[in-house]
Amino acid sequence: MGNLKVNLCGIELDNPIIPASGTFGFGYEFAELYDINILGTFSFKGTTKDPRFGNPTPRIAECSSGMINAVGLQNPGVEKVISQELPKLAKCFNKKVMANVSGFSVEDYAYTCERLDKIDQVGWLEVNVSCPNVHGGGMSFGTDPAAAAEVTRAVKAVTTKPVIVKLSPNVTDIVAIAKACEEAGADGISLINTMLGMRIDLRTRKPVIANKMGGFSGKAIFPVAVRMVYQVAQAVSIPVIGMGGVSCAEDVIEMMLAGATAVEIGAQNLVDPYACKTIIEDLPKVMEKYRIENLSDIIGGVK
Amino acid sequence: MKQSLFQITENVKLTESIYRMRLSGDTSAITAPGTFVNIKLEGLFLRRPISVNDYDDNSLTIIYKVVGKGTEQMSKMQSGTLDILTGLGNGYNTDLSGENPVLIGGGVGVPPLYNLAKKLIAQGKSVSVILGFNTKAEIFYEEEFKALGCNVQVTTVDGSYGIKGFVTNAMEGMNYTYTYCCGPEPMLKAIFKASNTSGQYSFEERMGCGFGACMGCSCKTVTGYKRICKEGPVLEKEEILWEI
Repeated sequence: MGNLKVNLCGIELDNPIIPASGTFGFGYEFAELYDINILGTFSFKGTTKDPRFGNPTPRIAECSSGMINAVGLQNPGVEKVISQELPKLAKCFNKKVMANVSGFSVEDYAYTCERLDKIDQVGWLEVNVSCPNVHGGGMSFGTDPAAAAEVTRAVKAVTTKPVIVKLSPNVTDIVAIAKACEEAGADGISLINTMLGMRIDLRTRKPVIANKMGGFSGKAIFPVAVRMVYQVAQAVSIPVIGMGGVSCAEDVIEMMLAGATAVEIGAQNLVDPYACKTIIEDLPKVMEKYRIENLSDIIGGVK
Repeated sequence: MKQSLFQITENVKLTESIYRMRLSGDTSAITAPGTFVNIKLEGLFLRRPISVNDYDDNSLTIIYKVVGKGTEQMSKMQSGTLDILTGLGNGYNTDLSGENPVLIGGGVGVPPLYNLAKKLIAQGKSVSVILGFNTKAEIFYEEEFKALGCNVQVTTVDGSYGIKGFVTNAMEGMNYTYTYCCGPEPMLKAIFKASNTSGQYSFEERMGCGFGACMGCSCKTVTGYKRICKEGPVLEKEEILWEI
């Protein structure tokens, strides 16, 4: 059997499979179905400094081979995540978890990351820079290289664990933003977050989603994700986590060939709760088919 | 929660837009009336959540209204298998009913009350049922509830059958110990105001996963944020916060 191990920013993963933030809660819904310790790790629900209810409903819309969500970062806030969610998670997951952090100011990001950096269960900090900057006119941090770098620097200054910056695809030049984060000290880059989308109900002529627009994810965005992972991996020397529409073991191999060290699975978890388990079980067979002995050998191996 | 394959054994039209599908398969994860299942359909990304109308050890009955692509596709299936997640949601708690509960359903909110009525009658309770529809042609399951031994009243908005008006018109002067209901939100709100007892109200929301992972169907309640798919769809009257 082939070797599935990869090294993500200094921590070895049994395999590169990581359920993406927002599609796996704090793990325990899935732990009812299978032993989640088989995962490389997982990225927990996006956490902010203060508790958030998020957007009004409906928050979800069906699309061809995908979905739109506008949940709006509903989470109990970092203190409750630390005092309630993580102890509960410890009962079903004994590996290091990836802490996904969002914020609405540079100070928010630094505060939340500093709190989570002190938690032993946390292995990596994944910093989602797709949120609007409330002090910067509401524009997303992730659409401006300088703002993304400022968040990265502020988080790096108060933390010791690997910081992975999660990028938005809704930009003109994702490479410039990835490079700015690398220069600001990021230990890794993960991409892509959801693509901005919208659906309209023909009967009511209103947007399907209460927030009007939301993040498009699922199989349909896979080619865009592969392209962006490739572009970023070519330009930076830090590890890249690829995500966006990954739904099977073959997609994982393709993402890794494009330059991903590890691969996150998002929307597919919502429609097939066993998706990650199935992918992990299928990987050795697919590796054999394509004559891959060590999965880590193929990272960035596209010719 | 359980994911398994079910075999379609029957799929019949009850009214112009309402269908009943019977399936055989592993129903062991279904533990209460008022829970729902989430169905994977060919060519559609998200599963389709449908309430459980009835179940026993190895069969499942769902009643659904054709409103979009998913339910339209379901209406055309006469045989085959479906990938279904079962045992979703909290369901109705029958312990709180008292001796004479009233069950109130509106339109496609009627189906989950059927297994609930069955359970309550099996517990020796005297069950009243109010079924609300727009017009006579839309009525279904009146006879099925009567066959269980329920005292059934039907209301139609246009007065073409039964009591003219809304389900709340049938509630006037009625004696009951508890209220169970399912239907459109304006109906639930009207029952909430008209009812003089405690009760359980089943809500609907667009869902992503149906099992608590995505936070797509959250609502605010007196006791905090809840997921309609996980801590719901049934909320107790005292915890409901109306936003409309």
